[in-house]
Amino acid sequence: MAEAVGERVEISEASKAYGPVVALDRVSLDVAPGEFVSLLGPSGSGKTTLLGILGGFVQPSGGSIRFGGRDVTWTPPHKRDVGIVFQNYALFPHMSVGENVAFPLRARRQPRSSWGERVRRTLAMVDLTGYEDRGIHQLSGGQRQRVALARAMVFEPRLILMDEPLSALDKQLREAMQIELRQLHRRLGATIIYVTHDQREALTMSDRVAILRNGRLVQIDRPDRLHDHPADSFVAGFIGEATLLPVARIDDRTVSLAGTALVTARPVPAGADLVLAVQTEKLLLEEGPADGRNRLSGTVVDTVYQGESLRVFLRLADGTGLSLRQPSHFEAVRRIPGVGQPIALSLHPEDTIVVPRTEG
Amino acid sequence: MLLLASPALLVVLALVVVPVGWFLGLSVYDGGFTIEHYRRIFVEDVYWRSFALTFRIALVVTAGTLLLGYPVAYAAARLARPWDVLILLCVVLPFWTSVLVRTYAWLVLLQRTGLVNQLLTGLDLVGEPLALVHNEFGTVVAMVHILLPFMVLPLYAAMKKIPDELILAGASLGGGPMHVFRRVFLPLSLPGVVAGLTLVFVLCLGFYITPELLGGGRTIMVSMVVSRNVELYNQWGAASAVAGVLLLAVLAVFFVVGRFLPLDRLLGQK
Repeated sequence: MAEAVGERVEISEASKAYGPVVALDRVSLDVAPGEFVSLLGPSGSGKTTLLGILGGFVQPSGGSIRFGGRDVTWTPPHKRDVGIVFQNYALFPHMSVGENVAFPLRARRQPRSSWGERVRRTLAMVDLTGYEDRGIHQLSGGQRQRVALARAMVFEPRLILMDEPLSALDKQLREAMQIELRQLHRRLGATIIYVTHDQREALTMSDRVAILRNGRLVQIDRPDRLHDHPADSFVAGFIGEATLLPVARIDDRTVSLAGTALVTARPVPAGADLVLAVQTEKLLLEEGPADGRNRLSGTVVDTVYQGESLRVFLRLADGTGLSLRQPSHFEAVRRIPGVGQPIALSLHPEDTIVVPRTEG
Repeated sequence: MLLLASPALLVVLALVVVPVGWFLGLSVYDGGFTIEHYRRIFVEDVYWRSFALTFRIALVVTAGTLLLGYPVAYAAARLARPWDVLILLCVVLPFWTSVLVRTYAWLVLLQRTGLVNQLLTGLDLVGEPLALVHNEFGTVVAMVHILLPFMVLPLYAAMKKIPDELILAGASLGGGPMHVFRRVFLPLSLPGVVAGLTLVFVLCLGFYITPELLGGGRTIMVSMVVSRNVELYNQWGAASAVAGVLLLAVLAVFFVVGRFLPLDRLLGQK
């Protein structure tokens, strides 16, 4: 089971229009065998439509889908060999856990004698050993989630699609399941395409994250690259806790933020409508000599304690609002000035991220 | 708790317990305590034949409504917006017209010179007009039609409760349309089937107007025996006894069915 090789998925120019409404607009995306790719976007961004097209429930208006080189654009769902985990699990309420997990085997006319062992092994992988005879109604949300997962992987599909599978769970369980899913993905070797609107979840689990907006693919990249090199102000605002501030271009490596010149490590993009994306964790309380770092100064407006960190809200001289995060250990907290006190900040040129403003 | 339930209990007492108790009383008290009425039912052939006929018609009609109603309810539950409303309207519209009107309509359709016979003879499919009405056949046809909504509506309600996601999940897990229907949709629609069967079967047992008008005087169902006892012979005691036996027979049927069918599992998934 562990050695299954993932499917290569090639999506080219996939589109879907519902009457005059364009849900998906010529999205092209290649997913490597065994890769974990998240489709991330706000509601209405087209991510669920794209998943529906991959699963075979939604007929694309244009474009094509290939699994491992075969064109499956018009293949019905039951012939695609894709495991799908639905948002509300979609477990069959009239079947036991074991019958649910055996469903794909029965549907595929696998010999009945092989079911027990495969169901048992798959349930063991999701930590539900011995749950075969339980009814679905006897399970907790987290356990149902695991049964849905087991059912989607018992037939060893080379591609698994997941539609916000963790959204119904509470935060702690969700974060534990994220780590578990990651480890499970490594063991299975299957390709996973995962739909979510939770950027943290996408960054935690994925090899690459595809960001969708208004039916278009805005950017697809590794989580760290997405965070540090957003394509435009939409991505910069969607990932992390960025404050977006309008800046003016001075030259290829310098911009002006309300009269203060800031140096950037990467070339400033062309165009007049530029935005500086300041992530809360990149802004530091100033220490020692400048060392070529950008300097900013302002006044503390508020300090909010959030457990493992504090968020400090401040105002620059011209009234621009900004915020930064400090870990909540003694040394760091001690350096935060009181409310109304001046605060000196630095921003490294590598962290000085200037992006074009997204139109619309 | 008892106080809160008391209005409901009063209604049940007034509308169910008192009338049923009243007619059961009549069946054993006729100027003095007697079991004569019951004795007659068990020894006289006429009564037996009528009970057998009634249960046979009820079974056939119930089966007929299920066979015709399931596909209709399925279509209404699975089709998109304008079509589902249209289908349900077609089911419910006749429901709002009087049973008497619909029964006479069938008389017109099925009689010797009716539309159906004209069509059959006109196409030379039959030489002589068929006897389609004034017999058990005509009664069954009209009863199936009249009772169809009582089958379709509970079926539709149960099918509508089956989440679409389960059907999609079944397909995504490799189940072809027939497999998904058999393993997922059909079992989940069973509560509707049981409700529809029960409703139609019970209504059949007490059906009166249609067999009276379309039965041709030979299809004597239990309800007609009751009516004749009252109207022709003014025998309230005999009529009450027949009604009492019918009530007992129905309870017995459901007791037996309940023993063999896992109704709990079908009706409530818990």
